Amino acid sequence: MPARRLMPTPEAADLLQLVRDVSAKELLPAAADAEATERFPRESFRTLGRMGLLGLPYPEKVGGGEQPYEVYLQVLEELGSVWASVGVGVSVHALSCFALFTAGTEEQRQRWLPEMLGGELLGAYCLSEPHAGSDPAAMRTRAERDGDGYVLTGAKAWTTHGGQADFYTVMARTGDERGAISCFLVPADAEGLSSDAPERKMGLTGSSTTTMRFDGVRVGVDRRIGAEGQGLRLALAALDSGRLGIAAVATGLAQAALDHAVAYAKDRETFGRRIIDHQGLAFVLADMEAAVQSARATYLAAARLRDRGLPFATEASVAKLVCTDNAMKVTTDAVQVLGGYGYTRDFPVERFMREAKVMQIFEGTNQIQRMVIGRALDKGTSARIEADPA
Amino acid sequence: MNIVVCVKYVPDATGDRKFESDNTVDREGVDGLLSELDEYAVEQSLQLKEKLGSDGGDSEVTVLTIGPAGAVDAIRKALQMGADKGVHVQDDAIAGSDAFATSLVLAEAVKKLPHDLVVCGMASTDGGMGVVPAMLSERLGLPGATLGSSIELDGQTLKIRRDGDTATVTVEATLPAVLSVTDQSGEARYPSFKGIMAAKKKPVETWSLADLGVDAGQVGLEASYTAVEETQARPPRTAGEIVKDEDGSGAKALVDFLVSKKFV
Repeated sequence: MPARRLMPTPEAADLLQLVRDVSAKELLPAAADAEATERFPRESFRTLGRMGLLGLPYPEKVGGGEQPYEVYLQVLEELGSVWASVGVGVSVHALSCFALFTAGTEEQRQRWLPEMLGGELLGAYCLSEPHAGSDPAAMRTRAERDGDGYVLTGAKAWTTHGGQADFYTVMARTGDERGAISCFLVPADAEGLSSDAPERKMGLTGSSTTTMRFDGVRVGVDRRIGAEGQGLRLALAALDSGRLGIAAVATGLAQAALDHAVAYAKDRETFGRRIIDHQGLAFVLADMEAAVQSARATYLAAARLRDRGLPFATEASVAKLVCTDNAMKVTTDAVQVLGGYGYTRDFPVERFMREAKVMQIFEGTNQIQRMVIGRALDKGTSARIEADPA
Repeated sequence: MNIVVCVKYVPDATGDRKFESDNTVDREGVDGLLSELDEYAVEQSLQLKEKLGSDGGDSEVTVLTIGPAGAVDAIRKALQMGADKGVHVQDDAIAGSDAFATSLVLAEAVKKLPHDLVVCGMASTDGGMGVVPAMLSERLGLPGATLGSSIELDGQTLKIRRDGDTATVTVEATLPAVLSVTDQSGEARYPSFKGIMAAKKKPVETWSLADLGVDAGQVGLEASYTAVEETQARPPRTAGEIVKDEDGSGAKALVDFLVSKKFV
């Protein structure tokens, strides 16, 4: 059974129903095959884009859906529950639009955002490098000033939608100091931009992940987003929001694993009873349900802070940590509930388990999340009792 | 050009469907939605409007439904898809109406609306009789072009293709007319999120039988020619029969099975 949800408005409820419909009719039937054959579902993103689902958290005036994170994240969760690669892709797309929306000039925003948010274009986000993942300030990709433009040289690792995206939001070094990093919006057809063959991953095989190579890629100054040196701050701020997206997708994935496990446990019989009637099994399922519900509550708590303009970075890290660790646990348990069948590729739960693993790794490993949370504890967490400003 | 599209709010086929004590469908205690077959009617209405574009003057698609309070959800879905306004005929006296009584209420409602074309689905997904479009055309005194799998409009001439079991026929009608479309007429669009937001502002009127000048005695279970006498739950699924071909008798066993079930 899909999750029970309480939405803030009738339109948000209709939106979630729409997402469920399109997920069941368009995404679910295609997911297993595309994952098995490692085929990127570009057309699925177009379908979602035309429905207005690729720009939900951004304002209407720039082509978005103007929905609060509380709603947007639940859309991601529903998408993640039928196809994690698509859920992650929608989240990454939103992430790749963040810098332009946050720091772009009015002219830049008007020029590019409507197409980016309108669904025809798909975005990618280039921060990590082969030697610099958790420590992005150690990046080496350079953007050298050259007349009225910049020349980008270097390589960006782990680029979701690499080779498939229409635009790349790229962080590159514009000085030698550690934080001298700037943000650039690079079109996919820029000369000198190429992608390596996709990584051969354990999961999310329908999604393309590549190293992007910048061999003297020239972009105009008008494609620098924000001031020189502002890039790292933008990149990390985007990740605070991106982490919430991953938390939501992971929760959807866990929900899907739970749903399969429950359906199987109600059907499969041992010793003359359905296995859900054996307390040992029912307790496993109960713990899975508790893990999914607490994951959802955790990301929604962070989302509601963000929606009210309150600090939410620590809560986003907690949500990313809790939701993805819970997804790993729930998907692993789902394989256990299905026993030998769960371990085969004839049932989707082994795929869910493989997909869950990466969620503990990307957009800040869960060790990095713990580091963020630990630092916040050291500084002293807020004990304020606040009235809802909304 | 004024298009009226008639839609029905039906119980969700994926949920548990129940009957009331009088054997009418429980429409309030279950999740309902816009009948999937009527989505095709909405789609064709919207496509006609789009094809007419600005050349067709101000084309307008009005969604018409009859049903309890929840039936407004069916209207809302059609408005989200792109229809312009809705009319909801709601009156307790209508409950239990058969196709004949339903067509009366629909006809009276259509008469109150400007209409060049009345579009219906091929049948409902609950009652499934598929006779309302023909009854509606009779009551309105308009030509009925029913069961269209492709639809063209050329000026005042409506032309449809009807695929039968033995022949495909082309039916032409002059507007104003009643049209019904099949599930082969083209997949219905999904609403967009903008459509969902826009639907909030679209007008929906609620009419009673009195507004239509229909006497309560002409509709409802009592006035209906047909009624469901009895319902039975579908028997639980059985395990089925596995045919094994250990001694070469498998093919014969399969044929015998198909013959016994009258498949061949």
